[in-house]
Amino acid sequence: MDILITAISQGLLWALMAIGVYLTYRILHIADLTAEGSFPLGAAISSSLIVQGFNAIVSTLIAGASGLAAGLITGLLYTKFKIPALISGILTMTALYSINLRLMGQANISLLGRETVFALFEDLGLASNLIPIAIGLVAVSIIIFILFLFFRTEIGYILRSTGDNEEMSRAQGVDTDKAKVMGIMIANSLIALSGALVAQNNGFADISMGVGTIVIGLASVTIGEVLFGNLSLAKRLMCVVLGSVVYRMIIALAINLNMNPNDLRLVTAVILAVVLTAPSLKDKLNKRAMGK
Amino acid sequence: MPGCLKIKDVHVTFEAGTINENHVLKGIDFEADASDFITVIGGNGAGKSTLLNTIAGVYEADAGHIEIDEIDVTRTPEHKRAKLIGRVFQDPKMGTATRMTIEENLAIATKRGQKRGLRFGLSAADREFYKEQVALLDLGLEDRMTMDMGLLSGGQRQAITLLMATIVEPKLLLLDEHTAALDPKTAEQVLGLTQKLVTEKKLTTFMITHNMQDALRYGNRLIMLHNGKIVVDLKGEEKKLATMEDLMQLFRQNSQTELKDDALLLS
Repeated sequence: MDILITAISQGLLWALMAIGVYLTYRILHIADLTAEGSFPLGAAISSSLIVQGFNAIVSTLIAGASGLAAGLITGLLYTKFKIPALISGILTMTALYSINLRLMGQANISLLGRETVFALFEDLGLASNLIPIAIGLVAVSIIIFILFLFFRTEIGYILRSTGDNEEMSRAQGVDTDKAKVMGIMIANSLIALSGALVAQNNGFADISMGVGTIVIGLASVTIGEVLFGNLSLAKRLMCVVLGSVVYRMIIALAINLNMNPNDLRLVTAVILAVVLTAPSLKDKLNKRAMGK
Repeated sequence: MPGCLKIKDVHVTFEAGTINENHVLKGIDFEADASDFITVIGGNGAGKSTLLNTIAGVYEADAGHIEIDEIDVTRTPEHKRAKLIGRVFQDPKMGTATRMTIEENLAIATKRGQKRGLRFGLSAADREFYKEQVALLDLGLEDRMTMDMGLLSGGQRQAITLLMATIVEPKLLLLDEHTAALDPKTAEQVLGLTQKLVTEKKLTTFMITHNMQDALRYGNRLIMLHNGKIVVDLKGEEKKLATMEDLMQLFRQNSQTELKDDALLLS
């Protein structure tokens, strides 16, 4: 039971990151590796601020804002300097490694006994193991609601159309470069926010906690799609959250089966490979079934 | 009203300075009047699409000037020029965002050239207006306004793209073989719709076509491109009375090249 609760709370907190990956990967059609740097960036900034005595909620929000800056760098490298998106993300991610180390002053920061967002709520008298789930649910709901509204605005439309059809967007007067930069910024803001919450929930920020972020994000997005299919935008975002939770459950199961923790990244990669193959496999099987 | 579009000695070269250097437009001089509906013909590689794309700002001219409605747009980026220009492409997939609905696509087009903000993209009044506009297309799509564009047929998409190109009246309408990918009957319908919109809104229009019959039948002016230059420019009575044989004859005279009949018809 405990494992289940942990899996759900981890899934919810990481879901914000997965939503960020969804924005770049599915809406803008860019594989943005900035995630590997912006996730620990959020952790580093919020943790350093909390350790210095800043309010946890303010620190978390500042962490989210730092993701905007990370996204801006990648976006400008990609659109203004015409560096391919993949490389732009790698450049920012690499630079962020040093920046994160500078921010933290050391390879990790412990948050034990500090007033994290979770500790703040503990003071309100909630059962401590349910707090991460409550905070995760609230955060995910707020973000999905905001995005749901945002994608119905004029600016939201051009973000979607830019990812969908760039030629058409420019022909309709859309500054597609600006739209891409904006999308990458919003995505990395969510990823940094997720990093901040995960660090506070874990009780520490670590310089290497970003390794594998993009794969976990992609796994969550594709698990959600494979399990729940093609839906409207708001529902798809919810599926990303469910995908993130399911991913954590699979990992929890793997640990429960006494798998060596060192093998977990291998498991993650295999999961992603399997879910990425699933749609074309399904297609093939369907065709074969029809052929008979 | 003269001077809606002025093109002065425009050159475009692709991959300049490399072994693949390709000088596509070799000095285009042209002026269109506000009421002109110009059909554009020419063989493969003549520079028809390049000319339209250079007017639209997809490619920047290496030399020369382009003025639309007395505004010099030679160095204006594509998305800013879009304020003045409506476009329909050859590939029906290119004109719309396929994973957005019909009404969302129209909403994007309506904001062409205006600032976009955090207002909702569609109000109840907008929805009603788009529905009325789509009903005028007479395709029965007005009841499917919330359908994803990607689910429509090629002809339906071209009709919606045409509506998007003209819903905010452009100074210039650029049609790049917009019926070439459609079956003959649908092509006919879309051409009819084009004619109707252009006449009603009195739009300055360029229409590239592979079909010489269409080139003669539509518009009040016809230009023929060959090797990056305008070799024929027929107006008024001359255009009205021109026949296929005349066009062939003109082509031979002006380009000093022998030409198989079907090279122009089918290329």
